[in-house]
Amino acid sequence: MNRYLFLIILGIMASIALFALSLGGSHIVLFSPQGYIAKREVALMALALRLMLIIVIPVFALTFAIAWHYRAGNAKARYLPNWEHNRLEEAIWWAVPFLIIIALASITWTSSHALDSYKGIATSTPALEIDVVALDWKWLFIYPAQRIATVNTLTIPTGTPIAFKLTADAPMNALWIPQLSGQEMAMPGMVTELHIEADAPGAYHGLSGNYSGAGFAGMQFTAHAVSKSAFGAWVAETRMSTSTLDRVTYASLAAPSENVAPERYVLGDPGLYTWIVMKYMTPPAASSTPASG
Amino acid sequence: MTMLGRLTFAALEQGPIVFAAQMLVLFGALGVAALITYLKRWKWLWNEYLTSLDAKKIGIMYLVVAAVMLVRGGIDALMMRAQQAVAVGNNAGYLPPEHFAQVFTGHGVIMIFFVAMPLMFGIMNVILPVMLGTRDVAYPFLNSVSFYLFTAGAALVMASLVIGQFATTGWTAYPPLSELAYSPGVGVDYYIWALQISGIGTLLAGINFIVTILKKRAPGMSLMKMPMYAWTVLGSMMLVVTAFPVLTATLGLLTLDRYLGMHFFTAGGGGNMMMYVNLFWAWGHPEVYILVLPAFGVFSEVVATFSGKRLFGYTSMVIATMAITILSWLVWLHHFFTMGAGADVNAFFGIMTMIIAIPTGVKIFNWLFTMYRGRVRFTTPMRWFLGFVALFTIGGMAGVLMAVPPADFELHESLFLVAHFHTMIVSGVLFGDFAALAYWFPKVFGFTLSEKWGIRAFWAWTVGFMLAFIPLYVLGFMGATRRLDHYPAGLGWNPLFIVAGVGALVIASGVVCQAIQLYVSIRDRRKNRDLTGDPWDGRTLEWSTPSPVPFYNFARTPIVAIRDPFWAVKYGLAPQTPENDYLSIELPRGSGLGLVIGGAAFAFAFAMVWHIWWLVMLGALVMLGALFVRFLDEDTESIISADTLRRFDTATV
Repeated sequence: MNRYLFLIILGIMASIALFALSLGGSHIVLFSPQGYIAKREVALMALALRLMLIIVIPVFALTFAIAWHYRAGNAKARYLPNWEHNRLEEAIWWAVPFLIIIALASITWTSSHALDSYKGIATSTPALEIDVVALDWKWLFIYPAQRIATVNTLTIPTGTPIAFKLTADAPMNALWIPQLSGQEMAMPGMVTELHIEADAPGAYHGLSGNYSGAGFAGMQFTAHAVSKSAFGAWVAETRMSTSTLDRVTYASLAAPSENVAPERYVLGDPGLYTWIVMKYMTPPAASSTPASG
Repeated sequence: MTMLGRLTFAALEQGPIVFAAQMLVLFGALGVAALITYLKRWKWLWNEYLTSLDAKKIGIMYLVVAAVMLVRGGIDALMMRAQQAVAVGNNAGYLPPEHFAQVFTGHGVIMIFFVAMPLMFGIMNVILPVMLGTRDVAYPFLNSVSFYLFTAGAALVMASLVIGQFATTGWTAYPPLSELAYSPGVGVDYYIWALQISGIGTLLAGINFIVTILKKRAPGMSLMKMPMYAWTVLGSMMLVVTAFPVLTATLGLLTLDRYLGMHFFTAGGGGNMMMYVNLFWAWGHPEVYILVLPAFGVFSEVVATFSGKRLFGYTSMVIATMAITILSWLVWLHHFFTMGAGADVNAFFGIMTMIIAIPTGVKIFNWLFTMYRGRVRFTTPMRWFLGFVALFTIGGMAGVLMAVPPADFELHESLFLVAHFHTMIVSGVLFGDFAALAYWFPKVFGFTLSEKWGIRAFWAWTVGFMLAFIPLYVLGFMGATRRLDHYPAGLGWNPLFIVAGVGALVIASGVVCQAIQLYVSIRDRRKNRDLTGDPWDGRTLEWSTPSPVPFYNFARTPIVAIRDPFWAVKYGLAPQTPENDYLSIELPRGSGLGLVIGGAAFAFAFAMVWHIWWLVMLGALVMLGALFVRFLDEDTESIISADTLRRFDTATV
């Protein structure tokens, strides 16, 4: 059994992986990306993985083969206890990983620029801006052009670039809708950007990637991607909401609360988002935030 | 302000689960104390260990603390796995969010700072000076101070379990969550002071080992004749002395924010939380290599010994080690690609990260070719090595994948990341340390560890690890982020969390196997006694000494002419170097002042946490006072005469 050690480990690893994949089944969302950005990010992973396997598969095979062939009990194996150096062989294993890393590095350079979170998606459809505020402990989405806002639910039109502007009025969070794109952090007093586009209608799970306190686990929402006409209807319906979001209602919304149910608002104060960001820029004495510590 | 600052009885009353933990800590400590009293071992403990300045003894104490903390950190892991296995849909699980947060924060802090670090320092202390052919580290008293400062930090984390609570911020303690505005309690203060006190101990130990390696080697042992382990420790300690000051300064700035109302990292008032993240990882990434480099060194010794062959490509290994040391300073930004640094910066750090895979890959190939044309014996240390190659390669692949920034965006802070770094640290660091323990145990204690239970532990750890972490890789692809105390039903996560929980239990059974291994080995120690001093057909100088190594290490200073000197002489590849005659030697006298400094540091830190200002002053004064007493003491060494040495030496051989 000793000698099969490596093979056994590999076998166990593979069977657990297969078992885990079967348990996960259709829920492995990164295997079915549904957005312009996510599709490219996942394709990039697949490419990088293939490049790495060029080196990893030989390492696995060699480790097993060498350990097995040169086991102490094998009298047929050559034993050269003082053989310690071979320029050619060492040159090979400095060079081969080096070449693969050069390939990966060029992919890294181009993909980092192509898929920069701050870079808009170039299409003829104008982008829809959504301002995101991470709160203790819920997500607030403000649609400035539509004059509406939602909490813990997001609706976006398909085939339309979405320009998220993220901030927080709470500790750091990171917005993540795995099937649509990777994460971007949301931080108080700062605005970060994330551009996504949903290709197909559907309900996609969203959550926060950066721990922000006791109610963090409840910062989950569904991103509904709907057709452009359905989006228009949804906006009109939301405009009829009886709840209005202005600085007064925002104050109670921003107070810590956990597992908050989805809610829709009419945006009463178009300057709200800028005010949320800018209040951290004022001197601590004049600030009404708890951040003055 | 009362005498006890903000410490009240409320700090002790925290519900049934915490109560159980408090009792466990309390009765555990009392039980150990009672056992020592019963066995009448206090005097022995004081003279032989607590006041010893012998690196080997200090090393053993590091290992004991690491073992205790491994159990604590492991219980935290089991609690987390249990919570996530049940807390789905409307079930909130058995841990409230605040407590769950303490558990994952405690687990991270303990495993990094109080398990992985002391395992590394423990092994270094017991073996490195012997390997280098010297009698002790460069600064024996400083070594004792380092150990006690580290232990004071560990004790502070344990104290937080009993009195008050630990941080709820995650082990990275990102502001503004870790600022007063969001974490007004004592948790973050415990975190800060536990890391500060132990971190200073680590920094001092780093200086000590660099000087030991550079200045204390046996005559003839040039740098390029050092065992590979010494090279990796040198790289690691160079990182310690350059990286730990960054952590100290960062935590210092956070302390100023929390204690004096400053605004380095606050959300408002001109603070910049991104600077904390930046500085934290400027320490944090080198820290990974601080831990993993010495483990690489262990594997180099283990593979060469159990293949009965010279380490292949020594020069390339040295170059690779130093390349990793330098490169590890240039990759930290990959911990926050999602913070909006821009494509140029992200791409640069992504590429630097990938470049580290080259020297690491070279190391793996050199180990493989050390086995090639060797005679491989599948002992416990060798199994840990093979398990390491299997897991580390997978984990490394996951790491390079996340080094591509846009790929990282989709995996950042997901359970895929958690699985990745656990693979690196468990297989890279822990497996290396376990290999080291099995390998050098007879050298330290004079008898070998049970192979049967060692192999069982290996299988439980390896299979358990795969069961616990392969599901986490998959969960990352399923969009699960870390640190969730509950999650919605319908995402399909629950079965995988249950499998991961089972895996954690299997790992726990591995720890039980290790405990049984220790018990069985001590029980059968007469049978397993290492009479030759060279149980594995070793290569380096430590195997030329009797087992256990005498307190003076070498009766006569060895002279080194070639790499692997012991093997070379043993097999007639190098002439027996003429040995010096016996000369009288100086060895450091024991001192209790390290313990006093550690105790005072604990009191100082505890008082800082609870704002007990008089005790802060007292602790600081005692620390300074103890140092002055030491500085004024001129009689710190005892002399062993040449005759005594000759008598000891001929008696043991």
